[in-house]
Amino acid sequence: MRNDLFPVHAGFLPLIDSAILVVGSEKGFAEDEGIDLTLVRENSWANIRDRMAIGHFEVAHMLAPMPIAAKLGLTPMPLEIIAPMALGLGGNAVTLSRRLGESLNIASDGTAFAAAPSSKALFGEVQRRRIGGLKKLVLGVVHPHSGHNYDLRYWLAASGIDPESDVDIVIIPPPYMPDALKAGRIDGFCVGEPWNSVAARDGSGVIMTTKSEIWRSSPEKVLGVSLEFAERNPEVLKALLRALTRAAMWCEKSDNHEELAHLLSRVHYIGIEPETLLPSLSGAFETADGTLHQVEDFFIPFSRAANFPWRSHALWFYSQMVRWGHADWDASQTEAISQTYRPDLYRSALATFDIPLPAASSKVEGGLPRTVPVGASKGSLLLGPDGFFDGKIFDPDMIEAYVLSQKT
Amino acid sequence: MSVVQLSVLVIDENHIRASIIEAGLREAGYQAVSVINELDGVAQHIERSQPDVIVIDIENPNRDMLEGLFALTRSVQRPIAMFVDKSDQRSIEAAVDAGVSAYVVDGLRKERVKPILDMAISRFKAFSHMARELADVRSELEGRKTVDQAKAILIKARGISEEEAYRLLRKTAMNQNRKLSEIAQSLVTASNLLEPQEQKP
Repeated sequence: MRNDLFPVHAGFLPLIDSAILVVGSEKGFAEDEGIDLTLVRENSWANIRDRMAIGHFEVAHMLAPMPIAAKLGLTPMPLEIIAPMALGLGGNAVTLSRRLGESLNIASDGTAFAAAPSSKALFGEVQRRRIGGLKKLVLGVVHPHSGHNYDLRYWLAASGIDPESDVDIVIIPPPYMPDALKAGRIDGFCVGEPWNSVAARDGSGVIMTTKSEIWRSSPEKVLGVSLEFAERNPEVLKALLRALTRAAMWCEKSDNHEELAHLLSRVHYIGIEPETLLPSLSGAFETADGTLHQVEDFFIPFSRAANFPWRSHALWFYSQMVRWGHADWDASQTEAISQTYRPDLYRSALATFDIPLPAASSKVEGGLPRTVPVGASKGSLLLGPDGFFDGKIFDPDMIEAYVLSQKT
Repeated sequence: MSVVQLSVLVIDENHIRASIIEAGLREAGYQAVSVINELDGVAQHIERSQPDVIVIDIENPNRDMLEGLFALTRSVQRPIAMFVDKSDQRSIEAAVDAGVSAYVVDGLRKERVKPILDMAISRFKAFSHMARELADVRSELEGRKTVDQAKAILIKARGISEEEAYRLLRKTAMNQNRKLSEIAQSLVTASNLLEPQEQKP
């Protein structure tokens, strides 16, 4: 360690979307910006949050709704977290036990992991169980306030399954999901990669759908930063955002995926063999019948403004927290909530970079059926495709109507 | 009113540490103490036993599950807050540093809960102190074994006495400002590399 470097500690969980932090630290991007970035692997999201609260971590790999939950006072300790950067788009999948997945009998064609057919088929199974008085399905997610929980609920609810009463949703940390599925304690889960691939590889699980199929180009992890640290060290934070942006560009290049898979496979990062990590980086998954399919935009580390902390993403998560009773609807709160995401800090850190930055801080979510150029600071910026599988659109300016429409 | 006992659940994968906490709680007069060492089945146990206070090691992956259980399900009726008091930053820090966290039935008066957390913190600290000492003793024993090996190599290679071999190692260590065991380890490693190894079948 060079002693002229500024020390920054980042907590992370073993998932492929920790890649940007790992690469920032391992490939010298942080050091080039004068930062000694130390990564600490954690066992739970609660630990990441608590260790940030008492100052062990200045920044962390964080679930996108966590800064919002902190703002709403849903955390056990007072903590202000901001998200000045997203750590990519997508990266999760829904996996069911092999027996359940195969019994649903979903046809595998070109749209192997399409979200609607599997949601409908699962609705049939849920009804069969309800009528027959059979045990409810138990599905795992990684945290109450997580993209996984909200993705899974969105997927279930679209076909008429009530996530509150038709199934039991339980919390299990990502690396423990495959074991829980194998042991029959749960019937399925929604988790980040590589844990779906791990369950599929050992034969206990079948991947049903992916986050990118439920909502194309959707937000997942952010760089959570303690507000206190950000305010005290604005230049360090800018330097870190530049370093992580270079790391994200590196992760995006498919030529680097082999090396990335090897880096992540190390025991203090994910600790899973590169052969399993490589397909999940590229979005190649097997359906129940063993055929390999390429999922488009499964995980986007950099392109299409994947690191931009859209305020509309923060508001969508708030709408889901209200939808599932995790938070009360309060129109006067929306401003404060959207401000936990900090596109202003992202822009000012990257002002000298030759990359196009979105001109807006918020956008209509789910409204781009294909890739389109949008207004940007320089050059041309392509966004999308971006769409929810049920065709709904989230306009952050009409959040109240959206929240009300979901109440039914 | 004062005779009402709090029930305490200790969740710790480390059996020894869990029993140290359990013993401490019993000594302090808490009779309703139960312990879980397994990672599985924690939720069912909590639903059954409805503890007032849960003490859990901070590295335990079940912490997210616990928070989910308290935040989302209706199976545990009473809302549970973490640590003793949100505003008690010092006690939170002490707990996290020691590696323990506690979940407490909301509304319990903090004077009643604080002794439990304080006790858990001090026992967790004592345990990690003990574990560190044990590791030190182990590495010292390992070091001695390596020094003996290194001495044997020198005796054989240079035809010197055991005492001379030891002096040579010590002098080298002092000259290089390194530990005796490190010099011994380097010599053992180098010697293994140079030694023609028998082909293993």
